[in-house]
Amino acid sequence: MNEMALKPNDFGTDQEVRWCPGCGDYAILKAMKTVLAEIGRSPDDIVFVAGIGCAARFPYYLSTYGFHTIHGRAAAVGTGVKLANPDLDVWVVGGDGDFMSIGGNHTLHALRRNLDINLLLFNNAIYGLTKGQYSPTSPIGTRSPSSPGGSVEPPVNPVRFALGAGAKFVARGADTLQTHLPEVLSRAHANKGASFVEIIQNCIVYADGAFGAINDRSESQEATLRLQHGKPMIFGKENDKGLVFNKDKCRFEVVIIADLADKDEITIHDERRLDRAMGLAHLEQPDFPVPLGVIYAVDAPEFIEARGFSGTKSQWGREQLKALL
Amino acid sequence: MNDTVTAPDGPGAAKVPPLVVRFAGDSGDGIQLAGYEFAKSTAEAKSDFMTFPDYPAEIRAPVGTLFGVSAFQVQFGADEVLTPGDKADVLVAFNPAALTTNLQNLKIGGVLIVDESNFDARGLKKAKLETNPLEDGTLEGFQLITVDVIKRTLEALDHLDLGRKQATRAKNLWVLGLVYWMFGRPLDTTHDWLNAKFKGTPDAAKANITALKAGHAYGETMEISAFPNLTAPRIAKSRKDKSRIISGAQAMALGLAAVAALGKRDIVYCSYPITPASTLLHALARLNGGVRTFQAEDEIAAVTAALGASFAGSLGVTASSGPGMSLKTEAIGLGVAVELPLLVIDVQRGGPSTGMPTKPEQSDLTMAIHGRHGEAHLPVLAPATPDDCFWIMLDAARIAIETMSPVIVLTDAYLANAASDWEVPDVDALPGINWPEYQPDGEEFQPFSRDSATLARPWVAPGTPGLAHRIGGIEKASGSGHISYDPANHEEMTRLRAEKINRVADRLPAIQLEAGAQDGDILIIGWGSTHGSIAQAVKELNAEGKRVSHVHLRNLWPLPRGLDALIRCFPKAVTAELNSGQLSSILRSEYLAPVASISQVNGKPFYVSDLKVEITRHLEAPLP
Repeated sequence: MNEMALKPNDFGTDQEVRWCPGCGDYAILKAMKTVLAEIGRSPDDIVFVAGIGCAARFPYYLSTYGFHTIHGRAAAVGTGVKLANPDLDVWVVGGDGDFMSIGGNHTLHALRRNLDINLLLFNNAIYGLTKGQYSPTSPIGTRSPSSPGGSVEPPVNPVRFALGAGAKFVARGADTLQTHLPEVLSRAHANKGASFVEIIQNCIVYADGAFGAINDRSESQEATLRLQHGKPMIFGKENDKGLVFNKDKCRFEVVIIADLADKDEITIHDERRLDRAMGLAHLEQPDFPVPLGVIYAVDAPEFIEARGFSGTKSQWGREQLKALL
Repeated sequence: MNDTVTAPDGPGAAKVPPLVVRFAGDSGDGIQLAGYEFAKSTAEAKSDFMTFPDYPAEIRAPVGTLFGVSAFQVQFGADEVLTPGDKADVLVAFNPAALTTNLQNLKIGGVLIVDESNFDARGLKKAKLETNPLEDGTLEGFQLITVDVIKRTLEALDHLDLGRKQATRAKNLWVLGLVYWMFGRPLDTTHDWLNAKFKGTPDAAKANITALKAGHAYGETMEISAFPNLTAPRIAKSRKDKSRIISGAQAMALGLAAVAALGKRDIVYCSYPITPASTLLHALARLNGGVRTFQAEDEIAAVTAALGASFAGSLGVTASSGPGMSLKTEAIGLGVAVELPLLVIDVQRGGPSTGMPTKPEQSDLTMAIHGRHGEAHLPVLAPATPDDCFWIMLDAARIAIETMSPVIVLTDAYLANAASDWEVPDVDALPGINWPEYQPDGEEFQPFSRDSATLARPWVAPGTPGLAHRIGGIEKASGSGHISYDPANHEEMTRLRAEKINRVADRLPAIQLEAGAQDGDILIIGWGSTHGSIAQAVKELNAEGKRVSHVHLRNLWPLPRGLDALIRCFPKAVTAELNSGQLSSILRSEYLAPVASISQVNGKPFYVSDLKVEITRHLEAPLP
């Protein structure tokens, strides 16, 4: 690129942001702008596609090309964008309703198909835009206008869903973690294939604190595990705790590092291992730290490449048509 | 009438009437293959023709059952042939079930060829027959030829060391050989085709060719030749080198390939398998360029991916049938709201719900025109013939791009499968398809500004430098496209979107009568696949001295300019359609004109004879 390097704020628009003050979406937008500036592609070559919901207003606030579509279908629309022009960077944004409920089918197939798009699930465990009904990721017992006695449905775990769907890149971040989140988003962009990122996001109006300490900046270190490929699984404010994979019980266990005879017992994160990723996906609060970062990432054939599509112009012309007719 | 046969085009040419031949058997008997080969030989014989496969939804229904019967009908003649024909002159029935279900499709006195091998107690029971129709007098009045085809086929293939099952499979070719003998047709075309098809398996080629020849030789030996009218030449034309048999579905696939070639841009075809629309996906998936096919996870993903492709600057195309159309509706509404081109092909079938998946119906017309939430107008087109299925793809693509709107094309299970001879168009003579290029005017880019003539908004795809913008389903401010809940703006945008579609009619050809005069006694209004039946019925009625006129709508929305006035030229106007009168309702509500209706919803195309009766009834009825 010959242009002057763009700064994060160059990716903003003149549109008044309409999220509630204090919404986690502001933080995600900020992280996204940081990442886009780092990536350095022109806004003209980037497309944000969104479904419906609070999260889905995202494209209006970025100076890239954007398409605010219909509820649940953003992954399919994004797929069409990429099919037509594989040279574009395509980001698909939606909430837990979009990705896990009405559009669950598209999430499943976009992931298994492994077409090179980035899917960002803003998970706030509530339906915000429709005024606070429980969502597919709300914990059991969520009191809401549609579940006044508390919801009884077990929630879906998006990371487990993605791994089950055959995703080749699965990561998790949190809105408030402004150093960590951009790193995760950068990795998602760098992956050639469908990249799935669950972003834990606080809804300050209808589900404030739904994720407890995970996205509480001061408590997050205790409640989360920051995964790094090839590094031991250590967490805690004092880096005093770790995870050990118990091979007999086939599950992770929390250990106090000081109690260990040998520090090397702490499990090393290997993001290429599906079995470990599945184990990590099961870790939930309060018994375990919630894993953040790249949980699983492997190289796999990409759909557009496998189909042999490129560019927008056609190699097809009158001569080919004559031969066909 | 002159008895001597002269050149078909010459003065006093003998009128050799057209013939209708119908093959019927188990869906596993190779009926469609035999029928298609017969059609090819008909093309070689230079007759004009039209074919129609009539097959069940079940892939391999239990052998010998009534619901497992598959049929193939072809009409051919020296005059222009517009339909696959009403009742058959010749029926070939492969088993008792095929005879039972298809005998009603044979003319009284017609030639009936029956494979008697399955007329044992078991075969009769499967066809729910108490007595054997070959013996109980049912077939009196037909010219019956019975052959134990399985026995004859096995005898013919005895020396080839095949299993009974494999040898029996060639029985359709044996029958085809016999039919070729009866119609005086050479075996070459099918012979060559078999050799090519079974190139890798010479044993199979040999078995099928041997059966074909044996059937032919049987006809010769048994002197089955008492039907001279079968062999009379029915030469319609000099068949061009560049002719091919084409079905509506194949023509649509070629039309879409042409859209890509003429626009020099790959188009994106997204669909989810559904009968009877899947044949289009199959045909396109075989192309090696021009059309990027995508088998989506569901109908909604198919249409939304197509819309995404259009947003990205390609032309998104999707196809489905009734149930899938219902699923696509929300996304088509988004296409109307964001004003992007999109091609939606609806291969209509009997509904509602699963209905009759392999049978034609024209019952999605109202849905196509009105069936969306909000006020969401869009152009609706319908091709009339297999040939037109090619041209309508070019027209629909042009309208979608020029208007920046989704366009629905209504075809049906009949038109998709009906086939006729097709003269391949001269590719160099086809006009190009122009993808609009936005010319920046120095002002700030306004994604919802409009062309003053067409009212279309500019189409600027991602990747275009300096013009990045956002669109969405929320109401947009006229011009800027920013989110707007302003009451006056919504009113303006609603009216602009409707007027944009209304103006499409200004750019389309003026309405013209297909047949008859403006001062006729009655106007028959048709649309879509019923063209052949209506045209033939009108032609025959007028030959009988009636004064019937025919107009066939290719553009159903907006309605063609001049149609209102045309209808008012006639004392009577009647629609003829395969639904309960949907077009009639629309014309009544749009024009306040007393348009009557001839309607049929039995899952079959119109019989010409039925139409003639109905039209005559309307002619004789008191004035409305």
